[in-house]
Amino acid sequence: MSSPATIARPAAAETYQIDVLLTAGQPRRRAGALAASATFGRRAMLKIKHDPKQLVDSAAIPILFTVLFTYLFGGAISGSPANYLKVLLPGTLSMSIAIVTMYGGGRLAKDVTTGAFDRFRSLSVWRGAFVLGGLLSDAARYLFASAIVVVLGLAMGYRPDGGAPGVLAAVALVVAFGLSLSCVWAAVALLIPDPAVVISIANVVLMPLSFASNVFVAPQTMPGWLQAVVTVNPISHVADAARDLMNNSGGAGGPVAWSLIATAAITLVFAPLALHLYSRQR
Amino acid sequence: MSKNGMAGDCLAIEAHGLVKVYGETRALDGIDLAVQRGQVFGFLGPNGAGKTTTIRMLATYTRPDSGTARVLGHDLVSEADAIRARVAVTGQFASLDDDLTGYENLTILGRLHGLSRTAGKRRADDLLAAFDLTDAAARTVGGYSGGMRRRLDIAASLIVTPDLLFLDEPTTGLDPRSRGQVWELVRQIAAVGTTVLLTTQYLDEADQLAEQIAVIDHGRIVAEGTSAQLKSRVGSGTLHVRLLDGEQRPRAQRVLARALAGTVHLAADPLALSMLLANPADATDVGRLVGHAMTQLADARVAVAEVALGQPSLDEAFLALTGHTASPTTDHEDVKA
Repeated sequence: MSSPATIARPAAAETYQIDVLLTAGQPRRRAGALAASATFGRRAMLKIKHDPKQLVDSAAIPILFTVLFTYLFGGAISGSPANYLKVLLPGTLSMSIAIVTMYGGGRLAKDVTTGAFDRFRSLSVWRGAFVLGGLLSDAARYLFASAIVVVLGLAMGYRPDGGAPGVLAAVALVVAFGLSLSCVWAAVALLIPDPAVVISIANVVLMPLSFASNVFVAPQTMPGWLQAVVTVNPISHVADAARDLMNNSGGAGGPVAWSLIATAAITLVFAPLALHLYSRQR
Repeated sequence: MSKNGMAGDCLAIEAHGLVKVYGETRALDGIDLAVQRGQVFGFLGPNGAGKTTTIRMLATYTRPDSGTARVLGHDLVSEADAIRARVAVTGQFASLDDDLTGYENLTILGRLHGLSRTAGKRRADDLLAAFDLTDAAARTVGGYSGGMRRRLDIAASLIVTPDLLFLDEPTTGLDPRSRGQVWELVRQIAAVGTTVLLTTQYLDEADQLAEQIAVIDHGRIVAEGTSAQLKSRVGSGTLHVRLLDGEQRPRAQRVLARALAGTVHLAADPLALSMLLANPADATDVGRLVGHAMTQLADARVAVAEVALGQPSLDEAFLALTGHTASPTTDHEDVKA
């Protein structure tokens, strides 16, 4: 290709040597579903690379929750940090990731309003690639946030009886649950492409769910109606499952099974819904 | 891939009665279109006329509320994916990621177009070089100038050479030099056989680029034809007057509006005025009308530097066809007699 003129420009319109480029036949084949999803994932990661501030929300919530709640509630719950961190840290992990999911929805809502989204929608690629690619980058954020919680916990004196395998299993479970919530916010964002509205809706759902759970307080101390809420709340199950895995207190693994069922159920409802909303013509 | 598609199908776009309603507004109110393959087709109209809605619909973003269309031989609704594989869209709405670099934007789109990683990188490099963007390749697009951005937008539409390119207001907001560059690009793209449908608010742009022009207003096509055909539909001609002293222009405007009982345009040139002549009964009337106007100007002590009688501009054609000017800017103020 000819090199472009970089110095004196003629007053008349420059001519670009594009005719060769246009006639040089490009292999026209449909991008594979996985390649397209990975490309959308890479796009999101590149955005983080150019603007690392994007990670502030994924870092702030876990730091804030882990430190604040450990020292705020720790003493009131069960004596020494090493003891109450066993109960509290897996809960904080679950809650932090659940809360962080809402920012992915906000970002998607912002993405949907840009011209780039419109261009992507006009491409002949598998319609799920955009949503799946977004989930890949969400998974990276959730792993990042999980690492912060775990490292902070270890620094504050938490010693997981489950060891590294237990911690990794708990993180995998919590991230999977987080991704199912991502599907919910993706559907909301595609329905209402306004970041502020999506974050508000996510807040209204996530805040009560996070606190009306067994993350901080054992349900036995609560009034009956609230106990009922806490018992069906998926965040309670995820927190219990994370405790079982991290502390190796699992036994039959009921909470783990319940968490996986909740994750699958939420995903099966909201992932197809998000896909449908993505590909609908307005 | 063949540029001709199905044998015997010579229309790139064939639309019948396209309607789109948003709430109370009929954004499109029955659009019929026939665009030949290989043609540059201009869609001319003011803001809000329905140009972008039409493009969004023909590029399969928006579903018509009623009406049918075939794009490159494929049905707009039932074969949307086949259309997507062969068209590209550039414009106000279909754009790029501001927070990625020019190079990253092109390589990502290359992968999504099914190019291998290596082929995508080579194509991005080639396009950036051809569009004079190599120096800016590693910068994020948010920092590009309007002209650079529009060039990258167009480059992004050419990753795989499309059979049909939609350009939505490709030069809106660009300085004159960048406009010239985009025009040159459009000509080159058309020269290799790609059909181009471009929308514009600028009459000279349609005049410069488009072989066939449809004038759209309030969701309807109010006129269609070549630039010359549209001009000839409008009237016999235009009187152009240039003054010696710009201070006298308001007075000249009043005198002319009264003398010829019509609407006087103030051109961008502060010394110039123009006026559309009503269709006279016969050609000799034209001389009588102009003579009368000149006498009136002389009586009002307006110093005239130049008088010319010419074909109406497309701008005047638009005014005559729709009852208002196409330009949303203040280039042309109208004073009614």
